[in-house]
Amino acid sequence: MTKMTLAKALNAGLRRAMEDDPKVLLMGEDVGKLGGVFRITEGLQKDFGEDRVLDSPLAESGIIGTAVGLAMRGYRPVCEIQFDGFVYPAYDQIVSQVAKIHFRTRGAVRMPMVIRIPYGGGIGAVEHHSESPEAQFAHTPGLKVVTCSNPADGYVMIQQAIASDDPVIFFEPKRQYHSDKAEVDEGAELTAAAPLFTSKVVRPGSDVTLVAYGPMVKTCLKAAEAAAAEGRSIEVIDLRSLSPLDLGPVEESVRRTGRIVVAHEAHTNLGMGAEVAARISERCFYSLEAPVLRAGSYDTPYPPSRIEEDYLPDLDRVLDAVDRTFEF
Amino acid sequence: MGPVDFVQLLTPEGERVEHPDYAFTPDTAGGDGADEAEVIRGLYRDMVLVRRIDTESTALQRHGELGLWAQLLGQEAAQVGSGRALAPQDFAFPTYREHGVAWCRGVDPLQVLTLWRGSAHAGWDPAEYNFGNYTVVIGAQTLHATGYAMGVQRDGLVGTGDPERDTAVVTYFGDGASSQGDVNEAFVFAASYNAPVVFLCQNNQWAISAGSERQSRIPLYQRANGFGFPGVRVDGNDVLACYAVTKAALQRAREGNGPTLVEAYTYRMGAHTTTDDPTRYRMSEELERWKLKDPIARVRAYLTRSGLADADWFGVLDEEADDLGHRLREGCKALADPDPLDIFDQVYVEQTAELAEQRDAFAAYHASFTGAGA
Repeated sequence: MTKMTLAKALNAGLRRAMEDDPKVLLMGEDVGKLGGVFRITEGLQKDFGEDRVLDSPLAESGIIGTAVGLAMRGYRPVCEIQFDGFVYPAYDQIVSQVAKIHFRTRGAVRMPMVIRIPYGGGIGAVEHHSESPEAQFAHTPGLKVVTCSNPADGYVMIQQAIASDDPVIFFEPKRQYHSDKAEVDEGAELTAAAPLFTSKVVRPGSDVTLVAYGPMVKTCLKAAEAAAAEGRSIEVIDLRSLSPLDLGPVEESVRRTGRIVVAHEAHTNLGMGAEVAARISERCFYSLEAPVLRAGSYDTPYPPSRIEEDYLPDLDRVLDAVDRTFEF
Repeated sequence: MGPVDFVQLLTPEGERVEHPDYAFTPDTAGGDGADEAEVIRGLYRDMVLVRRIDTESTALQRHGELGLWAQLLGQEAAQVGSGRALAPQDFAFPTYREHGVAWCRGVDPLQVLTLWRGSAHAGWDPAEYNFGNYTVVIGAQTLHATGYAMGVQRDGLVGTGDPERDTAVVTYFGDGASSQGDVNEAFVFAASYNAPVVFLCQNNQWAISAGSERQSRIPLYQRANGFGFPGVRVDGNDVLACYAVTKAALQRAREGNGPTLVEAYTYRMGAHTTTDDPTRYRMSEELERWKLKDPIARVRAYLTRSGLADADWFGVLDEEADDLGHRLREGCKALADPDPLDIFDQVYVEQTAELAEQRDAFAAYHASFTGAGA
């Protein structure tokens, strides 16, 4: 066990995946010599060479489009999109090609590709550097979408994503890259870890179910702690996988608590919370004491960073939503 | 339009002409006994049969058997010439109009029809023919080709000097696609990594209703200069020149000398697709002028005049084309519809519980109708 940040854990996970499979390639802007703007790929080009860690031209569609060809040739490209807001030039290749090629060819062609996207706000960045576009990809059949919330998961999940024969959009909460250290077991067998496309109860509770993922997991754990001090028991579930959604643990929880809040940084309208709400309403209708509530950000574009903390759902907004579920 | 400077080895009148840089030198030394005349007859046969595929498919669309068809009429030489220049291990990425290249790669035309009939999105396994699936989003495949070529590089199959192993990639696109970001990004990536890829642009003068002058202020092949690799314009209606120029570009790629842009200067004699009406945007006089440069007629004139083929030979070929047409007509109608239940299993390699559930619900819903057939 080693204590490390999420950034180091992802780096270690990438390194191990590259050691395990010579077909794994990293590609993206500044991922080589610089090690990526967040240093997630630091040192990997030095150790694996320029043929396996490609500093790409500055063109996102080009990165994903050439990765499609590399995947067709038997490689497993891991592409870095530098920031969430820069993924859109590649959107066509992702949605029209990466997501559809397996289906189009009735399984003849696989797309074992990972697209890593640092996402979310809270770092005081300029426009296009703080967005949460996960629902746009979770809405697309053919893609799988996951997000990690802590170093231990990051280390395992990135390797599992690379091992997946389906394309995986891998969202990384950039605010947490360098924030907290946690124990990571670098010798752990992947097969012994929780499967990639599963959710996890990260804090048990009995009064209300709080569903989150990525950067909001930490916020929700703090909220649960604060609520506990006031005598309210919150169960926190980390979705981890946004497509497919693993709502089994959520349903089980809601059947006990009768109340549920879904929290995410993304816009509330048509966000992941909407899908969770719909499914929980369908499956747990008679267990619900209150409607499913959402604590998301507002349906405006991301604001200038001086006011981003007002925009993003924080501990108080989450607890406010929790309080409201008790008003029904 | 002034005279166009391009590589030409066979004039519209069927005269062989010399070019300082390119010659028609087919692979006849393979021990199969083929001589040059046999190769040219083979190219002629390909073009005739490919044109028959095109006209039959257009007719099938008119009869309601196909939802749509993208005609290649007039582009037979560009497609057959370049398609026959490929080595078996080379890989081609088509647009949705490369029926002639599909033919050269051995794809059954009926497999091509599945897409246009709505029986499938893609009718063949690319690995089986080294021929990618048709790509409908304009220009997207040029990046796939470039990435595939980067994979070939990493496999160590460039510049080995072994003609059986050295591998090149070709990607097709049109004059309209030359304006797409993806095509320009493909040029950048290919140049940057010196990828073994040939960019084969069939400039058929029209992107639906937009003339090629809407896409570019300079001849398209000259675009390559700005990206740092050579560009060459070839008479796209001259199958010998298309073969020679593509072959040279592929060889250059295989040897590790990087990408080439080939602009096959041709003409879309038909409509963009069967839903299009070109009389709304172009003059019939233009079509009449291009008909004089027909890619098939000039080879026929050459073969006839040179005594390389006689009336009997052409007659046998006509019968072969008729047989092919018959097979397409009957085969198209017999193409099986996909099983709706299969769509749930084809989204992912590892199916999700969500889709399995939807599949079961769909099956149960269908089964709930009384009298629902087997």
